[in-house]
Amino acid sequence: MLTYITRRILYSIPVLIVSTFLSFVAVSYGGDPLGTLRIQRGISQHTLHLLYIQYHLNKPVPVRYWYWVQDAVEHKFGNSLITLQPIWPDVTRTMGHTLQVVLTAELLAMVIGIVIGIISAIRQYSIFDYVSTSVSFLGFAMPVFWLALLLQILFVDIYLHWNIRIFYTSGLNSPGQYATWSLDRLQHIALPVVTLALISFAVYSRYMRASMLDVLNTDYVRTARAKGLPEWRVIMGHVFRNALIPITTVAALNIGAVFGGAIITEQVFTLDGIGFYFLRSLGSLDIYAVMAYLTLTAIAIILFNLIADILYGFLDPRIRYD
Amino acid sequence: MTEPTVTPPVGPPIPAGDPSVVPSPAGVDVTVAAGLELKIRSQWSYARNRFLRHRLAVLALFLLIGIFLVGAFANYIAPYSYSAIDFNNLLIGPTTRAQHYFGTDELGRDYFSRVIWGIRTSEEVGIFVAVVSSIIGLVVGAIAGYYRGWLDNVLMRVTDLVLTLPALAILLVLEALFGGASQWRTSLILAGFFWTGLARIVRGIFLSLREKEYVEAAKASGAGDMRIMFRHILPNTMGPVIVNGTLAVAAAILVEAALSFLGFGIKPPTPSLGVLVADGETNPQAWWITVFPGLTIVLIVLCVNFVGDGLRDALDPTQRRVRA
Repeated sequence: MLTYITRRILYSIPVLIVSTFLSFVAVSYGGDPLGTLRIQRGISQHTLHLLYIQYHLNKPVPVRYWYWVQDAVEHKFGNSLITLQPIWPDVTRTMGHTLQVVLTAELLAMVIGIVIGIISAIRQYSIFDYVSTSVSFLGFAMPVFWLALLLQILFVDIYLHWNIRIFYTSGLNSPGQYATWSLDRLQHIALPVVTLALISFAVYSRYMRASMLDVLNTDYVRTARAKGLPEWRVIMGHVFRNALIPITTVAALNIGAVFGGAIITEQVFTLDGIGFYFLRSLGSLDIYAVMAYLTLTAIAIILFNLIADILYGFLDPRIRYD
Repeated sequence: MTEPTVTPPVGPPIPAGDPSVVPSPAGVDVTVAAGLELKIRSQWSYARNRFLRHRLAVLALFLLIGIFLVGAFANYIAPYSYSAIDFNNLLIGPTTRAQHYFGTDELGRDYFSRVIWGIRTSEEVGIFVAVVSSIIGLVVGAIAGYYRGWLDNVLMRVTDLVLTLPALAILLVLEALFGGASQWRTSLILAGFFWTGLARIVRGIFLSLREKEYVEAAKASGAGDMRIMFRHILPNTMGPVIVNGTLAVAAAILVEAALSFLGFGIKPPTPSLGVLVADGETNPQAWWITVFPGLTIVLIVLCVNFVGDGLRDALDPTQRRVRA
C-alpha cells in the first residue's frame, strides 16, 4: 500500500511539471505580460524596463519557467505582474470563500443525491423514479451559467416587485458585515450553493441509482433475503454500504467539474472566490496569478484522484494495489 | 411465398470474424432451397431495430433533426438578420407584433431570429468538435493499441495528462490567448480536449482484437498493418465511436456556450447561444433575453443526450447506461 502511494505521488510529479510547463508556455506566448501596465498613465519607459529586467522577461521561456518554479516554491507564487502585490494573500482569501460555497454545495448534493438515488433504485420504474430521472437528465443538460442567471433574475425580480429580500444575488456580505458564518453570509451564498448543488446532484443521484441496482442484483443480496432478513436490513446493511463504494470515485472525479462550475457561478454572482479571481486575472493577462490558479487546481485534482483510489482500496477489499 | 431477400446486407462493413454474422449470399440460396423464409439481417439492422424500440430516443432524434434544420436554414427561416435593429420595438417582451416572438433587446434586435442564428453557430461548433475529436481519438487509440510499446506509453501518458488538467480553466486560458474570438479556432481548441475518452476506448478494443485468431489469419495471408487496422479492427470500434461522437456534440455545445458566456469563446456580433444568454446578464428585468436562448441549449443538449443513450443501447449493449 505504502509503495503504491509513494509510486503514485512520484508519478504525479512529472505530470505536474509537464502540465505547469505547458501552461507556462501558453500564457507566456499568449500576449504581452506587461500590456496592462503599459497603457497605464504615469509609468515611464524606464520603470517598465526595470520591471522587464526584474521579472526576467528578457530571458527565454524555459529559463523564465525555472525562475517561476523557484518563485512558486520559495515565495508562494511571488508577485502579480499587474498589481505588483504578492499573489498568495489573494489566493488564500478567495480560496476560503470558494471552499465554503463548494463544500456546502457538494455536501448538499451528495446527501440529497444519494438518498434520491437509493429510493429510485428500490422503487425502480415508479413515478418517483421517473421524476428523479427526468430532473437529473435536466441537470445534465442545463448550462451552469443559465441556471445561475435564472435564479438571479428570479430573486432580483422578487425583490423589485415585492421588496422582499430572501437571498442576495451578488457579493459575499452586506456592507459592514464580515462574518464567515452568519445569516447574512448564508443569504449571500445560498444561490451559488443551490446552483452548484443542482448540477452535482444529477451526477450523484444517477450514479447512486445505478450502483444500487448493480448491488441489488448480486448473489449475496439474494442470500440475505433468502435467510429471512427484513428488507430494511438488507437494504441498509448489505446494499447501501456496498453501493456507496463507487460514489467515492465519482466524488473525486467530480472535483474538476466543481472547480469549473465555481468559475462560472462566482462570475454570475460576483462572488470573491478563486474562480472569479482567476477570470479577472485572465482578463488582464496577469500571467503569474493565472499560473497560481492552474497549478493549485491541478494539484487539487491529482490529490483527489489519489485519495479516491486509496479510499477505494480500503473500502473494497477485492481491489489490491501492489 | 414472398419474395426472398436475396440482396446481401449493404452499406456498413460487417465486423470481420464475428461468427453470428453470415454475410454470404450463398447462405440465402441454401435457406431458400430448404424452404425456409429467413431474412438476412446485418448487425446494423439489429442495431436499427434496437434503436427504434427506444421511443424517447427516436422522438429526440426527430426533434433534433428539426432544430438542426432550422439552424442550417437560418437565413431562410429567421424573420430578421441577427443584427437587424428595430427602433420601434426596443426591449419588448415576447409578442406576435412584428414577429418578435421571443422579444427584443435594448437595441431592438429580434431574439427569435438571434436564437435561430445561435442554433446554427452551436450546431456547427458541436458537429465540428465531435468529428475532429473523434478522428483524433480514433487515430491516437488505434496507434497506441495496435503498435503498443513506447508509442502506446507516450500517447497514453499524454491522454492521462489531458484528463488530469482542470479542463474549463485550461480551455479559458487557451481561448483567451489563442481563440481570437473566431468560431473555428474556438472549435479546434475544444476538439483538442475532447478526444481523450474515445482514445482510451479505441485503444482497449485494438489491444484485445489484435490478439484474435482472425487477425492472425489475416496477417498470415499477407495483410499489411494498414489493411488489418482499417479493414479488420476499425469496423469493430464504430459503435463506441458513434456513441461518443454523439455525446461529444452535446458536451461541446455546453462548453462552448459556457466559454462564450464568460466572454472567452465566440464573441459578439456572432450570435452563439452562450453570447445571447450573456446579454441577459445585463438585463435582469428582461427575462426573455436569458430564458429563450438558454432553453434552446437545454433542449438541444437533452435531445442529443437521449439520442446518444439510444445509440449506446443499440450499438454498444455492453456499456453501462450511466453518464457523468
